[in-house]
Amino acid sequence: MEKTDYLNLYREMVIIRRLEESAAELYQKGKIGGFLHLYIGQEAVSAGIGSVRQPQDRLITAYRDHGWAISSGIDPKIVMAELLGKVDGCSDGKGGSMHMADVEKNFWGGHAIVGAHIPIATGLALGDVYLGNDDAITICMFGDGATNIGFFHEGLNLSKVWNLPVLWVCENNQYGMGTTVERASAVSEIRQKAEGYGMANERIDGMDVMQVREDVSRVLETIRKEGGPYLLEIMTYRYRGHSMGDPERYREKEEVKKWEENDPIGIFRLYLINEAIATDDELDEQDAQAESIVQEAVDFAESSPDPDKDALFDHIYAEPTPIEYRGYALEQESEGN
Amino acid sequence: MARITMREAISKALWEEMERDERVFIMGEEVGVWGGTYAVTKGFYDRFGEKRVRDTPIAEAAIIGGAIGAALTGSRPIAELMTINFAFVAMDHIVNEAAKLHYMFAGQFKLPLVIRAVSGGGRQLGATHSQTPDAIFAHFPGLKVVSPGTPADAKGLLKSAIRSDDPVLFIENATLYQSKGEVPDDLDYLEPIGKSKIQREGDDVTIVAYSKMVPAALEAAKQLADEGIEAEVVDLRSLRPLDMDPVIASFKRTNRAVIAEEGWRSYGVGSEVSARIYELAFDYVDAPVKRVAQAEVPLPYNAKLEQLALPQTEDIYHAVKEVIYG
Repeated sequence: MEKTDYLNLYREMVIIRRLEESAAELYQKGKIGGFLHLYIGQEAVSAGIGSVRQPQDRLITAYRDHGWAISSGIDPKIVMAELLGKVDGCSDGKGGSMHMADVEKNFWGGHAIVGAHIPIATGLALGDVYLGNDDAITICMFGDGATNIGFFHEGLNLSKVWNLPVLWVCENNQYGMGTTVERASAVSEIRQKAEGYGMANERIDGMDVMQVREDVSRVLETIRKEGGPYLLEIMTYRYRGHSMGDPERYREKEEVKKWEENDPIGIFRLYLINEAIATDDELDEQDAQAESIVQEAVDFAESSPDPDKDALFDHIYAEPTPIEYRGYALEQESEGN
Repeated sequence: MARITMREAISKALWEEMERDERVFIMGEEVGVWGGTYAVTKGFYDRFGEKRVRDTPIAEAAIIGGAIGAALTGSRPIAELMTINFAFVAMDHIVNEAAKLHYMFAGQFKLPLVIRAVSGGGRQLGATHSQTPDAIFAHFPGLKVVSPGTPADAKGLLKSAIRSDDPVLFIENATLYQSKGEVPDDLDYLEPIGKSKIQREGDDVTIVAYSKMVPAALEAAKQLADEGIEAEVVDLRSLRPLDMDPVIASFKRTNRAVIAEEGWRSYGVGSEVSARIYELAFDYVDAPVKRVAQAEVPLPYNAKLEQLALPQTEDIYHAVKEVIYG
């Protein structure tokens, strides 16, 4: 890694943090609607994986997807515009917080039904194998809560039966909404579930971005060489509630504080200084840049227009198809693109 | 043209499309080594191999979810559900993913996916394996729902579905597999999705039907013709998009309609079509629109009871008599 790579990685993590804080403010002001699930505390996972995956590797995740959107390379402006439901958003304002994607960047969403994207990830890897994209790996993230639903088991089983190149990543933030892993899962180590499918697995630390990079690079290399799926359980923590409407009655303030002392941005900053890769001043400069990038993103998103009325009927189907509006057939057809 | 069964017509469509396009492959329960539980894919495994005819575990969410993922990459999967009753196990992937991904991600995700499923009762399979829940799936914008009533349409519509870039649920009826008809041999024989078709012309009454009720309606029309009543039979073929134009054009001439479906009446295809007739052609109504449908019971195992619950040709015949003579 060059020095600029370290600085970029650091800045990316700060951008995610600041973008989420701004999103929380905009939500309080009523400018972001619906559900909002913040990634704060988990930045080292998306930044770490995002920085070691190859362009041919597909990313797919659940609804806590803003960090993944940034780490897959989507401009923060576009992410913020999607959060505000604006036409410049990555899903033209029709997906929202939980449904961000950019196929050009091999980021396949943003899926809001818990665990439903897991069999889809199996299928992405199947498609690559079928089409002869031999070097591609599908990297699929999900929370600890998703490992208790049937989709998880069907998806993992099939990935092993067909020996598909999938890196399954459980971002274990220790709560499925407000229910602890221990109260919801028969085994407290999620990685053990892979044992039932004879699948290689390990549990790693998700607070240290350099460690995430090292472990994930190693595992991706193993999959590329030996094929087959692999499950990583990455231990992390979300500082904020499950979503903005979370009363957080299920945990003590002290617990959150304890984890904040182990902060992924703080850990990385200390590492960069201790290893003499960057100075305090240089990192402060990155903080300032991140701050202004997020501010620009907010300004951009706020000035971006709402989608116009015709957008309501766009993209229902890929092929021109008759559409209806409140009981009346429309002259226009739903256009694909 | 060749006179073949619907099973052969469906099999031919699959075979020809797999020969034509290497991106097309089949996945599902017992589609390969077994040859398909309804023998539709018999011989496919030997010809195309395990890569293109993929036996899956009995895991419908993985079948449909997996097929969705594969479709996103640019391959063109045909996922087979052994029966439509198992679609409920994969419901999330059909309605929350397949029907929505293209819209929700603003056209970034194309889904060239076909889901084949067998619907309908009449084979003493009991309540859980005999349903005709087709209308449920037609409720969701983003999904196309096709269900042919003749062997020719089965071939032409399935080929269109396989070539479509949209997710298509292709619903077959097991009791129609043995039905025969003239089917074009043309490798590019395509029937358009979303177009109803007049299967028989007549000026006295309009019978709207699809799938298994099409041959039933044609048989009823034959009996009615002996009594001098000429029925026009409109085959919907697609439940979504629903093409009402031929129905309305016919109704404006006949002023009387019977709608026949194998599924339950409540909230069904007949409900939708009859509502639209009243909305679009109220001034032409000479008699209340009649609906022929299944008795509102879970289908029983006993053959006699089951047949009592299922709509029959004679039900269509009597319904026509009622709309004509009041």
